[in-house]
Amino acid sequence: MSINVADAQVGDRLPEQTRTTDFANWNRYAAVNYEFVPIHMDDEAGRSAGFASAFGMGNLQWAYLHNLVRDWLGDAGRIVAIDCRFGSPNIRGATVTAQGVVTARRVQGGTTFLDLEIWTQDQDGTKLAPGTATVALE
Amino acid sequence: MTNISAEMRAAVGRQLSRRVSYPVSRSDIRRWALAVYYPEPPPSRFIDADAAAKSRWGSILAPEDFNPFAWISAEEDVLDVGAAQNTPDRTEIGLGITPPGLKFQLNGGLHSEYGAPMRPDDVITSVSRLADYTERSGRLGLMLFTVFEDTWTNDDGDLVKRTRTTLIRY
Repeated sequence: MSINVADAQVGDRLPEQTRTTDFANWNRYAAVNYEFVPIHMDDEAGRSAGFASAFGMGNLQWAYLHNLVRDWLGDAGRIVAIDCRFGSPNIRGATVTAQGVVTARRVQGGTTFLDLEIWTQDQDGTKLAPGTATVALE
Repeated sequence: MTNISAEMRAAVGRQLSRRVSYPVSRSDIRRWALAVYYPEPPPSRFIDADAAAKSRWGSILAPEDFNPFAWISAEEDVLDVGAAQNTPDRTEIGLGITPPGLKFQLNGGLHSEYGAPMRPDDVITSVSRLADYTERSGRLGLMLFTVFEDTWTNDDGDLVKRTRTTLIRY
């Protein structure tokens, strides 16, 4: 892995971010995003929706992906774009790891852009929120 | 067979909501950062003005994913969907057109592009539009993809972000 983000090359991996996820995470997020939805706060509601338990917000996976890219980038640049799809739910108690890898380095209009593949996955390796990001080194 | 009627196609581009935030506060930024980094402490640049001053941005910024409309907006012009708020048909009901009547919905994903960062005291305006209807057959049968495009600007009229959200109905 390149120590300096400005020198990042294709194949470089971003430092992983891992956390165990439960109501302690989701209640905090519900409180700041006004997202008080029973499937995120009550196991029975999660089971009624066809899942093993309550599960975390898609928006919180979205936040974890931003944390991953932002913390790696530091002062070296800015996030230009991020996308993800919600593939699998973040079941209560899952250990979620956000990961990423550089897939392209390109120069456009005098600015260097890095394209990234990013994702969150659970302890079994199931991808929860796979996506991509583009950052500008400027 | 299709779930996309001529009436629905004609509605593409219509405004779904316009909201104006209260000024972004340092306290809301701190709490947002504490929540999304939990159980780790958030980076000091979201908390400490002196640390933020030393960053490339020169001051505290909100995280890109920060939502200044979470609890309440200063102004809000949204479609009246009545009791249909959490139903799959709420968009078409709000627009006053015949809904497709599909039973299930999933959040298919998000795509955001970012412009000017959000700073304390910024007032953010959001305008959301119905951007697209498409459909295709998948493991859940014929699936209807509805794309919403939400554009945020700041007090200076600068683009803050543009987010496309895909709702899957089946």
